[in-house]
Amino acid sequence: MDITARKRVKKQVMILLMIVIGMFAFCYALVPLYSVFCKVTGLNGKTAGQTEYVAGKVDKSRTVTVELLATLNTSLSDKSGEFRPIHKKFVLHPGEYVRTSYWVKNLTAQPLVVQAIPSVAPGLAAEHIKKVECFCFIHQPLNALEGKEMPLVFTVDPALPTSIKTLTLAYTLFDVTHR
Amino acid sequence: MLLRWPVLLRLFIPLLAFFTPNAWADYTLNMTKGVSSISSGIYHLHMTILWVCIGIGVVVYGLMIYAIIRHRKAAGYQAATFHESTTIEIIWTIIPFFILIMMAVPATRILIQMSDTSNAAVTIKITGHRWFWHYDYLDEGINFFSYLSTPEDEIKNLAPKNAHYLLQVDKPLVVPVGKKIRFLVTSKDVIHSWWVPALGIKKDAIPGFINEVWTQVDVENPGIYRGQCAELCGAKHGFMPIVVEAKSDSDYAQWVAEQKKAQAGANVDENKQWTLDELMERGEKEFNMVCAMCHQTSGKGLPPTFPSLVGSAIVTHPEHKVEHIRQVIYGKNAMPPFGEQKNDLEIAAIVTYERNAWGNKTGDVIQPSDVKKVRAEHKK
Amino acid sequence: MTHTEHADHHHGPAKGLLRWVFTTNHKDIGTLYLWFSFIMFLFAGSLIMIVRAELFKPGEQLVNPEFFNQLTTLHGLIMVFGAVMPAFVGLANWLIPMMIGAPDMALPRLNNWSFWLLPIAFTILISTLVLEGSAPNFGWTFYAPLSTTFGPPSTDFFIFSVHIMGISSIMGAINVIATILNLRAPGMTLMKMPIFCWSWLITAFLLIAVMPVLAGAVTMVLTDRHFGTSFFDAGGGGDPVMFQHVFWFFGHPEVYIMILPAFGIISQILPTFTRKPLFGYASMVYAISSIAFLSFIVWAHHMFTTGMPVAAELFFMYATMLIAVPTGVKVFNWTATMFRGSLSFETPMLFALAFIFLFTMGGFSGLMLAMVPADFQYQDTYFVVAHFHYVLVPGAIFSIMAAVYYWLPKWTGHMYNETLAKTHFWLSFISVNMTFFPMHFLGLAGMPRRIPDYALQFTDFNQLVSISGFIFGASQFLFLFIVIKTIRGGQKATNKVWDDPHGLEWTLSSPPPYHSFATPPDVR
Repeated sequence: MDITARKRVKKQVMILLMIVIGMFAFCYALVPLYSVFCKVTGLNGKTAGQTEYVAGKVDKSRTVTVELLATLNTSLSDKSGEFRPIHKKFVLHPGEYVRTSYWVKNLTAQPLVVQAIPSVAPGLAAEHIKKVECFCFIHQPLNALEGKEMPLVFTVDPALPTSIKTLTLAYTLFDVTHR
Repeated sequence: MLLRWPVLLRLFIPLLAFFTPNAWADYTLNMTKGVSSISSGIYHLHMTILWVCIGIGVVVYGLMIYAIIRHRKAAGYQAATFHESTTIEIIWTIIPFFILIMMAVPATRILIQMSDTSNAAVTIKITGHRWFWHYDYLDEGINFFSYLSTPEDEIKNLAPKNAHYLLQVDKPLVVPVGKKIRFLVTSKDVIHSWWVPALGIKKDAIPGFINEVWTQVDVENPGIYRGQCAELCGAKHGFMPIVVEAKSDSDYAQWVAEQKKAQAGANVDENKQWTLDELMERGEKEFNMVCAMCHQTSGKGLPPTFPSLVGSAIVTHPEHKVEHIRQVIYGKNAMPPFGEQKNDLEIAAIVTYERNAWGNKTGDVIQPSDVKKVRAEHKK
Repeated sequence: MTHTEHADHHHGPAKGLLRWVFTTNHKDIGTLYLWFSFIMFLFAGSLIMIVRAELFKPGEQLVNPEFFNQLTTLHGLIMVFGAVMPAFVGLANWLIPMMIGAPDMALPRLNNWSFWLLPIAFTILISTLVLEGSAPNFGWTFYAPLSTTFGPPSTDFFIFSVHIMGISSIMGAINVIATILNLRAPGMTLMKMPIFCWSWLITAFLLIAVMPVLAGAVTMVLTDRHFGTSFFDAGGGGDPVMFQHVFWFFGHPEVYIMILPAFGIISQILPTFTRKPLFGYASMVYAISSIAFLSFIVWAHHMFTTGMPVAAELFFMYATMLIAVPTGVKVFNWTATMFRGSLSFETPMLFALAFIFLFTMGGFSGLMLAMVPADFQYQDTYFVVAHFHYVLVPGAIFSIMAAVYYWLPKWTGHMYNETLAKTHFWLSFISVNMTFFPMHFLGLAGMPRRIPDYALQFTDFNQLVSISGFIFGASQFLFLFIVIKTIRGGQKATNKVWDDPHGLEWTLSSPPPYHSFATPPDVR
C-alpha cells in the first residue's frame, strides 16, 4: 500500500474505532434513554415519584378499582419477613385520595433495610397513580423483630383513560441492607 | 431417472395426506383450538399464516423444482442470458407487502382483544418460584403452592411413568368456566413464564414487576388443562408444570368454600405436642412431595450437588438439630428456603422424618414450637 | 523482476509450526479460522449429542438437569461464536483479497491478533466445564437475574471470554471494511464487486455496531454481580427486562451477521452452476442493505411475552414482518437465476440449492413467529428451536459447506472426491431435515425448550430427532475426512476448476501463490 492509501486506511480505522466506542457508550445510554422514552410515551409500568396533594378535582362520574398487592422477593424470604397491604382493594373516584398502609415485619434477630419496588398493571395506568406519601420512596430500616405499618397516600388522576376501570398496584419488597 | 415426474408424484402425494386435519387429529402434530375464544383465535391465525406460507412455498418451490428438472445441462438445455428486470423486482416486492398487510389485520385484532383485561369476575395472583407456582385468589382469601407431583421414582426410571408424567401437580389452579379470569403474574426470584396452551396464554413472571393477562374458558369446556414454565429458570425449569382445572360455576363455588374451610383449620396450634408417629406420617408425605425432588425418596440425593441425608452429620448429630431446622427454613447455598411456604408443623414433620428415616433413627421429635423458636432467633 | 516486486518479504511461507503463530498472510489466517471453526463445530456438536442422547427417552438417563443446562448453554455459545462466525471470517480472509485483486487484507498484523484471540477466549470458556463448580447454565442468552443474581462463579469467566471474542470480531470487521474500501483493483467500483464482498462489507458494519453493545451487556452483568450496580435488579431500581432489550439489540443483528455472508456465498456459487449471471445484482445489494437496516428495529420480537405495551408489540410485529420483503426478494432472485439456466449438480450446487429450499422454510417459520398472538404459543418452545436451527444449520452451515466444496480446489489445488462429497451431502440433507422438522410439531404440541425431560406424548418425535441428530453428527466426520483427503492430494485442479466461474480468484493458479495480486489487476 502506498502512503496515501495508508493514511486513508488509518483515518477510516479511527472512525470505525470511534463508532465502536460510541456504540459501547450507547449501550449504557440505553438505560436512561428507556426511562425518557417510557416517560414521554407513558408506556411505563412504574409510578412516578412523590407528587403534591391536589385538592378538589374529583371525577364523580366513574369509579376505579385499585388492587394492592405485596410480594416478598427471594432476597428477603430467607430472612423471613412479613409484607402485606392492610386493605387489599379500594373503589374510588378519580381524584379522590386514599390513605392506607402496608404492614411489614422483620422476623429475624438482625436489623434490616428493605426497599419496596412498585409496579402497575396495566402499564398505561402507571403515570396516573399519584402518590403523596409512600413507603416506597425510601429505604425502610427495620430493627430486629420490628413490625410496623407503612403509610401510602395516593389517588388516581382523573386523566386516567375511561377504558381502565381496574388497576393493580403491586409492591415487591427487596432486602437492601447491603447496598 | 429419479427426477422423472411420475416418480416424484408417487413420492409427494402421500406427503399431502399429512395435511389433512384428520391426520393431525391423531398425532400431536399441531396446535389445538384450545378452550377459550383467544386460544381459538390464535389457532385460526396460526392456520391462516401456515397456509399462506405453504401457498407461497408451493409457488416458489414449484418454480425451483421445475427449473431443476427441466433446465438441466445434462438434458442439453441452453442457458438464457437475462439477469435483471426492474419491473419484476418491483412486482415481487409489492405483492408480498400486500400479503403481509392481510396477515397483520387478524393478528392486530386478536392482540387488541387480548389486551382488554377489564371486567374480570375472578382475579388470581400467580407467583413463580424456583421451582413451583403460588396461586392467590385475591378476592377469596385463599392461596396455596402448586408443586410437581410426579413421583421421583418415575423420573429416575425406577417405576413406570404415569399418563400425566411431568404435567401433574399436587394442587391445581381451579377456575370457573364461562367467567372472565384475570391473572396477575410476578416472580419471587428469576424470570419464569406461565403458559397453558389450551388457554392461549403465555406471560412472563418477572421479579419486581407485575404482568396482567386474562382468559375465559368456554362454558362448554370444563376440564383439566396442562401447561409448563416457559422461561429457563434453573435446574428444575422442566419440573414446574401448571394444571388448570376449569369447573362449572357451582362446582367452583363449592371448591372455594372447601378451600376457605381448610385454610382456616390449617392454623397451627403453636403449643400442641405431636407424637413421633404423627410427625413421621406427615413428614414422609411432605418430604416425598417437596424434598425428594433433590434428595430423592431414598434420602440418598445426588452428591455432590444434592447431598445425601442417609447417616449424614446434620440429620443425625444432636448438636446439629437447630442447624438442621434452620437449613430447612432458610436454605443453604443451592438449597432454597422452605420457611415461607411450609408452616411450623410441616417443617417440624419434615425434620423429624429426616432424622428418623432410612436408618437414621435418632429418636428426635421436633415440635412446631421448636421451629418457631428457630425462626425467632434466626441470625443472618 | 523489478525491484519493488523483489522487495516483498518472503518468497513463500515460513517453515515449521511457528509459521502459523506469526503469519500475517490472509490465506494462512483464513485456514486457521476455518480449522478452528471446524474443531469448535465438532466439539459443540458433541455436546449436543449428549443432550440428544438424554432426550431420547423421558426420564433422567445420562445427565442431571443441572449439567443438561450447561450442555445446552455451551452448545449455543460455541456454535454461534466459535463455529459459525469464525467460519465466515475465515472465508472472508481467504476470498476477499483474491476477489478484489488485493495482495492481502488491509491490516495483516491485526488480522493475526484477531485470530489468535479466539483460541484464548474459547479455552477460558470451555475450561468452565472442567473447573470446579458449574459451567454457565443459563442459556446462550444469559438473561438476568438468572445470570446476575443466580449465576455460578464461572459466569465471570464467561463474561471475560465474551469480551475477548468481541474484540476479535470487531478487529476482524474493521479489517474487512478497510480492505474492501481501499484495496479494490482499479476499475472495480463497489457495484462491480463480487456480491460476497458486499455481503461481508455490510456484515462488518453490523459487527462494528452491535458487538460493542454485547460488550456493554456483559459488563453490566459483571458489575451487577460484583460491583453493586442494579441495571437488571428491580431492588436497586433496575429492570430484568432491560437486559433483554440490551441483549437483543445486539442479538437480532447478530443473527443477520450469521446469515448475510451465507447469502453472499450462495449468490456467488449459484451462477457458476446455472451458467447464467446472478439475477438482479443491484436488487440483491439493496436487499442485503435493507435487511441489515431493518435488523436494528426488530429486537423486541424475542420479547413478546414479557408484557410489553400493545403499541410496542404491534410496532415490532410489523417491523419484523417487513424483513420478509427483502428476504423474499433474494429468494425470488435466486429462483430467477436458476430459471432457464443450464443447471449441473456438483456438490457446491447441491448445498446451495438445499440452502435456498431450507433457509426459506426457516424464513416461513420466522414469519409465523412474528405474529404476536401466535407467538404466545410458539415462544420458548421447540417451534423456535426448529426455526433457528433451520436458518442456521441448513442455512448458515450448509452455505459454509457449499463454500468449502466450491473453493477447496482453488485453495488446495486438488479436486475433492465428488462421490464422497455427494454422500456427505445426501446424508446431511436427509438427516438435517429429519432432525429439525419434527421440532416444529413438538413445539406446536406444547413442548417447551431447554428442558431435560418431557411428557410422554413427546417421546416419538424426540426419538426420531435424536437418531437423526446422531446421523447428522456422524456425517460431519465424513466431511472432515473429505477435507483432509483433498488437502493431501487428489485430481489436479485447473485455474478455473469449474465450467465457467466468474471472479478474479479464478484467474489465479490452483493453489494460488502465497502472495497473489502483488500488483493489482486492471479490471476497467
